[in-house]
Amino acid sequence: MAEPFIRVANVRKIYRKRNDAFLAVSDASFDVEAGELVSLVGPSGCGKTTLLKILAGLFDYDGGEVRIGSAAHPFDPSRDIGMVFQQALLLKWRRVLQNVLLPAEILGLPRRESRERARELLALVGLAGFEDKYPYELSGGMQQRAAIARALVHDPKLVLMDEPFGALDALTREKMNIELRSIWQKSRKTIVFVTHGIAEAVFLSTRVVVLTAAPARMADNIVIDLPQPRTLDVKTTEVFGEYMRRIYRLLGME
Amino acid sequence: MSGDTARRYALAILAHALLIVVWYLFVKLGSIPSFVMPSPVETVQSLGGANYHWTANTLVTASEIFGGYILAVLFGIVLAMAFSWSDTAEAAAMPLLVSLNMIPKVALGPLFIVWLSYGIGPNMIIAFSISFFPILLTTARGLREVEPDLLDLVRSLKGSKWQIFAKIQLPGALPYVFSGMKVGAILAVAGAVVGEFLGSSRGLAYLMLQVQVTLDTAAMFMAVILITLIGVVLYGLVLGLERLVVVRDARIA
Repeated sequence: MAEPFIRVANVRKIYRKRNDAFLAVSDASFDVEAGELVSLVGPSGCGKTTLLKILAGLFDYDGGEVRIGSAAHPFDPSRDIGMVFQQALLLKWRRVLQNVLLPAEILGLPRRESRERARELLALVGLAGFEDKYPYELSGGMQQRAAIARALVHDPKLVLMDEPFGALDALTREKMNIELRSIWQKSRKTIVFVTHGIAEAVFLSTRVVVLTAAPARMADNIVIDLPQPRTLDVKTTEVFGEYMRRIYRLLGME
Repeated sequence: MSGDTARRYALAILAHALLIVVWYLFVKLGSIPSFVMPSPVETVQSLGGANYHWTANTLVTASEIFGGYILAVLFGIVLAMAFSWSDTAEAAAMPLLVSLNMIPKVALGPLFIVWLSYGIGPNMIIAFSISFFPILLTTARGLREVEPDLLDLVRSLKGSKWQIFAKIQLPGALPYVFSGMKVGAILAVAGAVVGEFLGSSRGLAYLMLQVQVTLDTAAMFMAVILITLIGVVLYGLVLGLERLVVVRDARIA
C-alpha cells in the first residue's frame, strides 16, 4: 500500500502551565489520503483544534509522529497550507480581492497570476462581481466564502478548516456545506475539517475521525460511504442516520 | 451628497447660527453691559483694532498648537511601535509612562519656563506633553489588538514579523491611532493656551491677559473664538486624513 498523504501516529500533546499539565491529545492516530475531506468531530475540549494546529505546524507535540507529504504528493510546509477559521477574519481595510490575495503576498507569489487566480477562486465560491467590495458590505456567509477563496489562492496542497461554518445560521450553514463539497471536488484539495456538527461531518466527509473529551482520545475512524454527488436528500436516508447514530454512540450521547 | 447628509449639514449649520442669534438676543434684550458680555457684532468689530495684532498672534498660537501636536503624533506613534516590537521595552516603560501621565502636565508649565524660557518653544512642549499620552496609549492598544487566528494564518505560511506588522498590525491599528489623535488635538489646544497664560509675550491667550486689564471683553471673546477656530481646523484636518486612510467600517467614533 502506498504511503498516505498525512500520517498522524500516536500523537500526544500536553499543555504545560507552570506546575500544571493538561493532556490535550492522547494517542491520536489517523491517515489522510491525498484528495480526501476528513472531519475531526468531537465535543469542546477533545483536542481537535489542537490537532489541526499541529498539522499546521503551529504547535509542537509531545510524542508520536506527524508526517505530511508523500512521494506522489510532495508537501512544502512553508507554503502548502491554507487555513479557514470560525470567523472569516477578513481585513476590514482591504477589498475582497485584496483580502483573497493576502497569502500570495506573504509568499511573494507573482502578482498578476495571483490576481487572476484570486478572481477565478472568487467565481468558484460564488463571489464573482464582489471583488471590489469591502468586507462590511458582505453577509456572514459571503465573508466566509471569501475566506475560503483566501485559503486556496496560493494553491496549497492541504486546507485546514476550524469550524468554518460554526458562526453561521443553520440555513446558511447547510448551503455552505453543499458549496464546500463542490469547491472541494473542483479544487481537488485535501481538506481536514474540524467541527462539532455531526450531521455536517457525515455529510461533507469521506472519513470522520471521532474524538472524545476528558480524557482527550481518539474513539474511531469511520469511512463515510454515501452516494456522489451528495444533495441534502442524502441526510434523510437510512444510511446517513446509521452513521449519525454510530457517532452519537461513540460520544456517549445515545 | 445624498438628501440625508444634506439635511444633517443644514441642521448643524442651523444649530450654530441659532447659538449666535440667542447670544445676540440675550445681550440686547437683557441689556448686558458689553464689558460683561459683548454682542456678536461687537466681538467681530474688535477685529478692526490695529494694536491687537490678530494675524501675528493667531499665527503664534497656531504654530504652538500644530508644532506640539505634530511632535506628539510622531513620538506617540513611534514609541507605540517600539513597544509592539519589544515586549521588554513595553513592560519596562509602559507602567512608568502611565505614572508620568498622572502628572498634571499643566503643573509642569512653570518648570518648562524655567528650563526653556518664554516663547513658542516651551508652549509647544506643553501642548506636546499633554496631547502625547492619549496618542501613545491608543496606538499601543491598537497594535496589540490582533486576532490570534490571523497571526496563525500568517505563521502557517512562515510570514515574517515585519509582514505581520505591515500587513495586519499597523493597518489594523489605524482606527485607534486616529481615535487617539482626535483626543490629542483637543488637548494640544488647551496645552498651548495654558502655556501662554503661564508665561509668554505673544499669542492669542497672551493677548487675552493683556486686554483683560482694560475689561476689553470683546477682544477676549474674539481671541477665544480664534483659538477655537484653530482647534476646529486641526480637528478637521485629522478627520479628513482619517477619511482618506481608514475604511468607513473600521473607524472608531
